[in-house]
Amino acid sequence: MADRVEDPVDVLIIGAGASGAAMAWSLADTRMHIVCMEQGDWMVPEQYPSSGIDWEARSFSDFSISPNRRKRDTDYPINDSNSPIAVANFNGVGGGTVLYAGHFPRFHPSDFKVQSLDGVADDWPVDYEMLEPFYATNDRMMGVAGMSGDPAYPNKQTVMPPLPMGLSGQIMGEAFNELGWHWWPSDVAIATTEYDGRAACINLGACGAGCAQGAKASSDVTYWPHAIRAGVELRTRCRVREITVNDEGMASGVIYFDEHGQERFQAAEVVVIACNGVGTPRLLLNSVSTAFPDGLANSSGLVGKNLMFHPYANIQGVLPRETDGYRGPPLSLWSKEFYETDESRGFVRGFTLEMHRGTRVVGTALRGMMSGHIPWGEGHHEAYRRMHNHMIGMSAICEDLPEAHNRVTIDPQLVDGDGIPAPRIDYTLSENSRKMLDFAVDKGSELLTTAGATDILVESPIAFGGWHLLGTARMGKDPENSVVNEWGRAHDVKNLFIVDGSIFVTSAGVNPTQTIQTLALYIADQMKKRLANLFD
Amino acid sequence: MEKIASDSPLTDEQAATLKTLTGLMIPASETFGVPGADDAQIFGEILVAARNHAAVVSEALTALAQAAATDLAKPFTEVTSAEGQEIVNRVQASHPRWVAVLVSITVECYYRDARVMASLEMPTRAPFPDGYDVPQGDWSLLDPVRERGPIWRRTS
Repeated sequence: MADRVEDPVDVLIIGAGASGAAMAWSLADTRMHIVCMEQGDWMVPEQYPSSGIDWEARSFSDFSISPNRRKRDTDYPINDSNSPIAVANFNGVGGGTVLYAGHFPRFHPSDFKVQSLDGVADDWPVDYEMLEPFYATNDRMMGVAGMSGDPAYPNKQTVMPPLPMGLSGQIMGEAFNELGWHWWPSDVAIATTEYDGRAACINLGACGAGCAQGAKASSDVTYWPHAIRAGVELRTRCRVREITVNDEGMASGVIYFDEHGQERFQAAEVVVIACNGVGTPRLLLNSVSTAFPDGLANSSGLVGKNLMFHPYANIQGVLPRETDGYRGPPLSLWSKEFYETDESRGFVRGFTLEMHRGTRVVGTALRGMMSGHIPWGEGHHEAYRRMHNHMIGMSAICEDLPEAHNRVTIDPQLVDGDGIPAPRIDYTLSENSRKMLDFAVDKGSELLTTAGATDILVESPIAFGGWHLLGTARMGKDPENSVVNEWGRAHDVKNLFIVDGSIFVTSAGVNPTQTIQTLALYIADQMKKRLANLFD
Repeated sequence: MEKIASDSPLTDEQAATLKTLTGLMIPASETFGVPGADDAQIFGEILVAARNHAAVVSEALTALAQAAATDLAKPFTEVTSAEGQEIVNRVQASHPRWVAVLVSITVECYYRDARVMASLEMPTRAPFPDGYDVPQGDWSLLDPVRERGPIWRRTS
C-alpha cells in the first residue's frame, strides 16, 4: 500500500491531454475540487525543435512520435512488435496534441450509424445532432480555422479563415477540379489570426514537433490556461499505477508515483480516465482487485479489445513545378470524394484524402533514398534537387473497423521507469482495410498524375502511423457489449468515467481529436446535469 | 585531425567504416559546390547522432565490415563505390532497419549544414521565429465544388 495519503478530492482526472483538458475545463464551473494528474511535464514552447536548425533531426529523437524511440523518462514503453503499425503518442500537458499536425475534422453524421447504414460494426449510442453543440464549443475553445460551407458536411461555422492555399493548394485544387472530385480547405486547429492569447501561424512548417509560435492548438495552450484560472489543480510528474476500489465496488482513488518516485495514494469521489486508447486499458487492466480480478470495469471482457488505429497510406508525387515544399503547415486541403460506402469498390466504409503541402528538407532525402528515387553516390545531388521543393502528396486516412482480436494487453515482462507493467499491442490489418488502402493508393496516384507528377512514392500502411488509439473501452447501452454507458460512465463502477478515444465505437475515416474532445465535453455536460444522482 | 566525438560508442574501426559509408552515400560534388557527408564537420555531427542508436549502428557497421572482409578480403574503408553499394544492398535485404538508421542519421546531419543549405538556396536559419511566406491563393477555385452541392450522406 502507498505510504503517503493525500486529502480526498471531488474529481480526479488522469491525463492532461486532449480529453482530460476539455473535461477539466467543463467541470470547473461546478466549483468542485478537481485535480488532474499528468505523468509528463509542462512543455516549454521556445524549446521546441523549430527553434533550431536541427529541428528535423530532433523530430526523430527527443520529439519523436514514438515513445519507444523518444524514451523520455516521462514515457512508458509499448511492445508493438506484433503490429504492422507502431503506436504514436506523447506524454506531457497537452498529450498527443503537442505533436499532432492539428487536423481537426468532425465526424460525419453517417459515422455514428455504420450498422444501420452499412451493416458493419455497431451504431454509436450518440449521434451527430446530439454532439453538434459540443463540436461548436470545441471549435471555439481550440480555435478552428477553415472555410464554412463544405458540401461534405452539414452546415457548420469555422472560427478563423483557412490556412493559405499556397502553391501546393493551387496545384491540387486544379487537379481535383479536372477530375470533378470534392475538395475543400481542411479544418485545422491552427490559429490563422491572433486568437485567445495565441499568435497567428507564421508557416514554420514544424507542426508535428510542437509549435514554438503557439499557433497550433495543443490543449496546454487552449483549455488548460482557462481550466487552471477556473480553479482546477494540475499536477505534473504523477504517474498513476492503479485505480483502487472500496468495499462497495466504487472507485476510491488512485495509487501513483510522484516526481520523486514516491508511491502515494490520492482519494477521490469521482475518477475520470483520459489516458488514450492504449494508456486507458493499460491502467484498467493493471487495476486488479478481488472485486475485479480481470481488471477494473471489465465484466464485459472488452477492456483492451477492438483496438482501432487508422491505417494510413502515404502517396507522394514529384512534380516539374515548384510546390510549397518546406514552407507552411503540412496541412492543406482534404477530399471526401471516397468517404462513403460504395460496394462496387470491394470494401465497406471509406477514407479521407488529406493533402500535404510538401516535404521538408530531410524528409525529402529520406523519402527519396528509402524509396530508391534518390540514389547513393554520384547521382545523389541531381536526384535530390529534382525532388527538393517539387514534391506534393497526401495521406489517405482509412476507417478501421473494430475487431476483438486487435487488442491491448499487459506485457508479461515490459515495465516503465516506475516498474508499472507496460502495454502490449496485437494488431493485424483486416482484408477490408487492405482493399481500402489499395484503392486509396490508386486514387491518390490518379490525382497526382493529373497534377503532373512524374514519379509516385507510396508507403502503405504507414509503419509509424499509429497516431489514433481508439475503441479499447467502447461505449454502449448494453453492459455485455460495452465498457462505458452512453454518457461515459463505466457500467461496472458508477463513479468511474472514461473520456478518451478508447470509448469510440468505430473510428470513422477522419482524425479523432475533435470528436475525442467533443465527447469529453458532452460527458462533462451529462455529469453536471446528473450531479444530484450521478451514482444512481 | 578530424573531430571525433570523445564519447562515441563506436570503436575506431567502426567509426572509419561509418565515415566511408557516409561518403559513399552522399559524396562531395564540385558541380553543386557541396561537401560530402564524410566532411569532417558533418561527420562529427553524424557520430554524435549515432549515440542515440548506438546498438543498431554498431551492429550494422560490424556487419558491413565483416561482409567486406569475407567477400572482398579487404576492409570496408577500401571498397570502391560499386563494391560498397553491393554490400549495403545485401545487408539491407537481411536487416533493412540497420540501413534505414544509417541513412536517417546521415541525412539528418547532412541536410542542415550551412554549405548544403546555401547550395539549395535555403535560408540558413531555424524556422522559428521568422517563419516563411506562403501565398494566400484564390479560393474561387472552389466554385465547381460549391456548384456540385452537398454530398454528405443523410442518416434518416
